[in-house]
Parts: sequence; C-alpha cells; structure tokens
Amino acid sequence: MAHLEISHMSMEFETPDGPFRALDDIQLTIGKGEFVSLIGHSGCGKSTVLNVVAGLYQATTGGVILDGKEVNEPGPDRAVVFQNHSLLPWLTAYENVELAVRQVFKGIKSKAEMRDWVIHNLELVHMEHAMHKRPDEISGGMKQRVGIARALSMEPKVLLMDEPFGALDALTRAHMQDSLIEIQARLNNTVIMITHDVDEAVLLSDRIVMMTNGPAAQVGEIMSIDLPRPRNRVVLADSSEYNHYRAGVLKFLYERQKSEDKGLRVVKSSKAA
Amino acid sequence: MNLASAIILDKVKDPKVVFNKLGVPLISIAIFLLLWGAVASQIKTSLGVVPGPGKVWEQTVTLYDEHMEERDKETAFYERQHKRNERKLASNPDAEVKIRAYTGKPTFFDQIVTSIVTVLTGFLVATLIAIPIGIICGLSSTLYTALNPIIQMFKPVSPLAWLPIVTMIVSAVYITDDPLFEKSFLNSAITVTLCCMWPTIINTTVGVSSINKDLVNVSRVLRLGWMTNIFKIVLPSSIPMMFAGLRVSLGIGWMVLIAAEMLAQNPGLGKFVWDEFQNGSSNSLARIMVAVLAIGLIGFLLDRMMLLLQRRVNWDKSATLR
Repeated sequence: MAHLEISHMSMEFETPDGPFRALDDIQLTIGKGEFVSLIGHSGCGKSTVLNVVAGLYQATTGGVILDGKEVNEPGPDRAVVFQNHSLLPWLTAYENVELAVRQVFKGIKSKAEMRDWVIHNLELVHMEHAMHKRPDEISGGMKQRVGIARALSMEPKVLLMDEPFGALDALTRAHMQDSLIEIQARLNNTVIMITHDVDEAVLLSDRIVMMTNGPAAQVGEIMSIDLPRPRNRVVLADSSEYNHYRAGVLKFLYERQKSEDKGLRVVKSSKAA
Repeated sequence: MNLASAIILDKVKDPKVVFNKLGVPLISIAIFLLLWGAVASQIKTSLGVVPGPGKVWEQTVTLYDEHMEERDKETAFYERQHKRNERKLASNPDAEVKIRAYTGKPTFFDQIVTSIVTVLTGFLVATLIAIPIGIICGLSSTLYTALNPIIQMFKPVSPLAWLPIVTMIVSAVYITDDPLFEKSFLNSAITVTLCCMWPTIINTTVGVSSINKDLVNVSRVLRLGWMTNIFKIVLPSSIPMMFAGLRVSLGIGWMVLIAAEMLAQNPGLGKFVWDEFQNGSSNSLARIMVAVLAIGLIGFLLDRMMLLLQRRVNWDKSATLR
C-alpha cells in the first residue's frame, strides 16, 4: 500500500471574478522513505499541493491519504519546513525546538528525555553551538537549520519542505543541501520538497514531479533519478547521467514556458486581428 | 547588552555627543525660561502679574516647607496621643485607649501621591479589562465586528461626561460600613479606567490580528491548544503593538484624572489646582504653575516607566523605542 497518496486533488479558490482553478486532478503516490521534489514555474500551484498535504488548505475535490487515513487538518505527523524559517522570534533555537517536542511527546517522554531529544535534533543540523541564541542573532542559513531541526524533532511521517533554501545565498544553499543529504542518509524520511532549483531537485530527489503551468496545473512528467547514494555534488558535476537528468528537467521547464509564451502570442494576435 | 553599554560609554567620552545629548536640551530649556519670564511680566491679572520662573520656584520651596511643617505637626500629634494613652494605662491598666488618626490638611505632596496611586489603579484595571478584550477581538473577526461599534462610540467620550454617571452608580452600589476604598478614590479610578482602556483594546486587536501568517501555521501544524497558542504565539507577537497602546492609555489616564479631580473635588492634584484657583491669593497663580509643571513631569516619568517596562518585555531588541 502506498504510504502517501495524493488522490485526484483539485483546488479552486474563490475570487471576485468567480472560482479560480489552481490545481486540476493531481495524482501522485509516494512510498515510505522516498524523497520527492515538486518542480515548476512560479505560481503553478506547487505550494498549494504542499499546503493541502499539510492540511493547511482543504482540497476542493479529491484529497490526501496518509497510511490509509484521510488528511483533513494540520498535524505534527506532517511537519512543515517553511521557506522563511518561521521560528518564533522571542524564543531561542532550543526553545523553538522544545515547543514542538513538548507538544508532540507530552506524556510520552520524560523531561530529561525531551531535553536530550531537543539537543539531539539540534546536533543533527549542527546547531548545538548556538542553541541558546534567538533567531535575530543567527544567520539565515542557521535559522533554516533550526527550522529543519524543529520539523525533524516531531518525528513526522512525512517531512514537507516549501522551498526551504530559496531565500539563502548559493554557497549557504549548497551547504544546506549537503546537510540534508547527510540527514536523509541517517533517517530515511519520507520527504516532499518544493523547489525551483533544477540542481537541487536532481541532487536530492528519488523522483522529480514536474508540474505544468497554472491555472489548472497538472502533473506534467515524473522523472526517477537513479543516481547511486551517497551523492556528492562535486563528483556528480562531471557525471553524464547527472547532466542527462538535469537536461531533462530543464527541457521540460523550458518547453512548457515556450508553449505558454506561444499561447499568449496567439491570443494577442487574434485580438489584434 | 555588554556591547551596547560599551558603545554608550564610548560615546559619553565624545564631547560632541555630550553636547548633543545634554547641551542642546539645556539650551532650549534656558530659552524657554527666558521667554516665559519676559512674557509673564507683561500680563496683569486680577491676581497680580503672571508669575515668572523665579516666583514659581519660590512657591515650590514654600510648598515643600509647608509639607515638612505638616509632617512635623503630624508626628507631634501622634507623640502627644501616645504619651496621653501611656499615662492613662499607667494609672489604670484596664482603661480604654483611644487612637485617632491625624486629620490635617493634605499637602501638595500628599495630593501628588494620591493622584499617582489613583491613576495607576485605574490604569491597571483598564489594562486587565482591555488586553483580554483586545485578544478576543483580534482572534475572532465576528466578535470584532460585534464590539467595534461600541468601542468606537465610547472611545471619544470625555471624562467629564462619565464622571456624574460613575459618581451616581458608585454611591448607589458601593455601600459598606467598613469601606476598603474611599468613594472619591473609586470615582476617580473608575473614570480613569473608562477613558483609558480604548487605545489598549484597539492596539491589542490590531497586534493580535496582524500576527505573521507563518507563525499561525506553525501553531496549527503543532496543534497547539487554545491557551498555549495565546501564551506562546499570540501574546508575545502582539507585545510591541500592545505596549504602544498601553503608553497612550496611561497618558490619557493621567490627563483624565486631573480633570476628574477638579470637577468632582476628589483628592489629588486636580483638587489642589481648583482649591488654589478658588483661594485667589497673590500666590495662587504661582502655586498652580508649580502644579502644572509637576503634572507634566509626572506624566513624562509615567511614560518613561512604561518605556522601561516595554524594553524589558519586548523581544525585538532591534526596535527603536521612543
């Protein structure tokens, strides 16, 4: 049985000009321990898919089934790493993770066990040295590490990441990706990650789900990345296989964009005529 | 913290900074005093020439002397009473001893204390009412729509309009043989409460309703309980807005109190001003001016007190508070 199934999910938003169909019949099954990336152009509805899986939005039709149960509200079994870290600015890194741990392991772990678990997760993302600092005292990359530690500390069935490294500079982003590869090798989580970075998608994913442009975005193509793990970015940079995958994704994104442009041009010319 | 104080210490050594921080205000105060003295001497009233800074300072000293004199009288009164009672007990151990409280006229400084205690009480009660209402209105748009017209309608009501109603209701409802509070104190404090809770309600509402959406989502993903959500997410994130409201509220409360005390003849600085006005001696105007300056200075100090509290509580240390 599939671990997570997105089943015929469609999403419409009410607007003053009538309903706007953002997603159209999204169908996707994800196995346990699989790392899936959603890639597509801005505004294609990738984040909407993630938000429905998180339970923050309700799909208009269809839905999400996790371990045989339908998802209809947010919960810590689907932890989210938000793009802009979303740490509580008045709490230290430790307290931010602690808030999640207390909530999830209330009555299950003892106080000392919770403390160890918070520290363990901060160590996992290499943040143990700054755990008593507040978000405004640490860098953007460090904040995102704490955000990941908070999500991991909930021991989620699925880890949802919404462009987790999108706001970071290229070098920090590379470091974070390497950290994520390392964490994934240890924990083997089920992950859905949204990205618009082709290299990031190929480097990290088992499968890449390419979405067509919205409105009424659909799953365009799904590409399996059969690169051996552990993956090393420097080695892969010269690998023809890696470049083949990369080219495949780029081609999809580029051609979708082109057909969209053509479509626009046709509309314009017909109006002019 | 250490770094910040180091920077401040470093700046103090710089003569330019010292001049800007200390010299400029001193110069402006000096110019103000000179202008005051020049203009005041030109205006003659039925109570004599409008007093200049010198006359006002003279009266400040007088008011202080009167206060000390009154204190001496009080001590002497209690000493006499104590001795009288001891003598009584020495002759007859079973004698009933009477202990009476001193009933001298409250001095200027007594009135200051009364006013400060009253305004802080009224403000505290207003805060305890306003913050929960603000939180509820911020969380529920339905409740906000329901309460907003009421809030907007009562917000601009003058304290002088509330006062008769408050007075009547307090004297009708607050009937005890052993009153914990004076009725006049309750009247003043409740009027302060009624007038100063609105800015806190409105600012808390805005603060709560403008919480970062991502933080709300964090709370939803964690399935935080209602109380945990309020204390861990809602309250901390609305503290900056809330304090902006609290400072406005305390400022309004202080202004309202003086007016209420004048109108209702309730003990406090307002009564002092009114009594001096009615008294109409040649020193009255100078004594009123002492009161005006004291009112201003206390208002300023109350605001600084709130600012210090805000600095302690606010998590956003980068915010400039003024």
